[in-house]
Amino acid sequence: MADPIVKAEGVHKSFARIEVLKGISLEVDKGEVYVLIGPSGSGKSTLLRCINHLEKINAGRIWVDGDLIGYRQVGEKLHEIRDSEIVTARAKIGMVFQHFNLFPHMTATENIALAQRIVLERDASDARRRATELLDRVGLADKANEYPSRLSGGQQQRVAIARALAMDPKVMLFDEVTSALDPELVQDVLDVMRELAREGMTMLVVTHEMGFAREVANEVIFMDQGAIVEQGKAEQVIDNPKEERTKRFLGQVLEH
Amino acid sequence: MRHPGRWVAAAIVALIAASLVRSAVENPNFHWDVVGDYLFDERILNGVVKTLELTVLGMVIGIVLGVLLAAMRLSPNWLIRGSSWSYIWIFRGTPLLVQILLWNFISALYPSIDLGIPFGPSFIHLNANDFITPFMAGTLALGLNEGAYMAEIVRAGIISVEEGQTDAAKALGMTRFQTMRHIVLPQAMRVIIPPTGNETISMIKNAVLVSVIAISELLYSAQLIYSQNFQQIPLLIVVCIWYLAITSVFSIGQFFVERHYGRGRSRDEPITLFEQIRTGWAARHADPDELVQRHGDQSGGGGL
Repeated sequence: MADPIVKAEGVHKSFARIEVLKGISLEVDKGEVYVLIGPSGSGKSTLLRCINHLEKINAGRIWVDGDLIGYRQVGEKLHEIRDSEIVTARAKIGMVFQHFNLFPHMTATENIALAQRIVLERDASDARRRATELLDRVGLADKANEYPSRLSGGQQQRVAIARALAMDPKVMLFDEVTSALDPELVQDVLDVMRELAREGMTMLVVTHEMGFAREVANEVIFMDQGAIVEQGKAEQVIDNPKEERTKRFLGQVLEH
Repeated sequence: MRHPGRWVAAAIVALIAASLVRSAVENPNFHWDVVGDYLFDERILNGVVKTLELTVLGMVIGIVLGVLLAAMRLSPNWLIRGSSWSYIWIFRGTPLLVQILLWNFISALYPSIDLGIPFGPSFIHLNANDFITPFMAGTLALGLNEGAYMAEIVRAGIISVEEGQTDAAKALGMTRFQTMRHIVLPQAMRVIIPPTGNETISMIKNAVLVSVIAISELLYSAQLIYSQNFQQIPLLIVVCIWYLAITSVFSIGQFFVERHYGRGRSRDEPITLFEQIRTGWAARHADPDELVQRHGDQSGGGGL
């Protein structure tokens, strides 16, 4: 069996005095889709942000594709690495945010081409070609030269997915990517994600879309108060939860 | 008549304007012929060039220093943050005129300038009296003072950019420098440009202050002329005309720079005053039938 793409071991994270992650361990194999569910404040988003080192962890270790994230191990000791070294590991990890975070001063194509040029050092025409190809794939070929302000939320989010995919990531992190969308725009974004999962992309998805979780997830993780409470197949965790906290959370979510 | 009050106000304003113009034309003390004689005098034109040089050099020093000081203010290291704060405190807290005089007399404070390693060997030795010419002193004073103001403007611009933008840039693997250069600063420009335009216009006018250290900028050149021919008023009018011309050109430039950095922000591009006038004229002279269609429901009201 090959090494897992994402491996976390006893990850702790605190903001000031509040401990947000209390020892999280998980392994995601190549091609698997893990869906993280749980009440707000349970630490799901923080876990994603720790995986690509947008947040520094206080204890534990995270590897992505074999690279230790944020640190270098020398003997038994861990040394924090410099900003410029983190960059290499980050480029292998695609991330999509709740509020899209497209660059407003660039067209859709430029949004997708920029990091390819300056991070991967692809030449401009290759980067644009790849951008066009990806926009076509997310169904936005006709919006290539539009600025984000002229796109709907759903369209912006699909451009954001294309922007992350352009870096040829080993794993994609989705942080509540449909939470800020109008209900009728959610499906377009979920369709793109389903398609990605079918093609074998390794994905970690924080979401409240239980239907999507049932359909796509290889594994569902229920988190509460910074810890993993229950983990297993969707039919296990969502349809027959064992833990009381999971039952209560799902009761609240599925009622609506 | 639909707005009688507005017409009365307009008539009063027109009357005042007309009487001002009449007095300017009829009062012989304005000496418009002298104004005309000196408007393109070689000494005045040299003064204009000197003023522009001081403004451009001062702004370049100010902007570079401002970006540097702003980046320092946002540093996690308190010593770096503190030194930036102190710089701004000193240069913003003392009058520019005094700073100009101090730079002019710097050779009294430091007769020689040595560049090298602090407390170590020096590589370049300069005689302050030769190196700091009045023009150099004036440029330095204007630029270093401007740096303090620009620092605050740039800092405001940088913190106006949402944190999500930095997150997205980092997640794509950009370094801190790349994020600043490609993502944060271009967006900060939208906030930075309007006050920088203001600063430039102030700088054009503040450049007159260096006349106290005998730099032949616009005002000093005019003063030299009227100290001989005693035509103070016409020469000061020449000075005003030139300042108005220069500040107007800069304002037009600012509009285009703002439009460039505002791209992608709003759905409609702002248009120039000229374009506004043209479209306004076109609307007024359009085919009446078309206008009726366009303003169909309003046409029922009063009319002239």
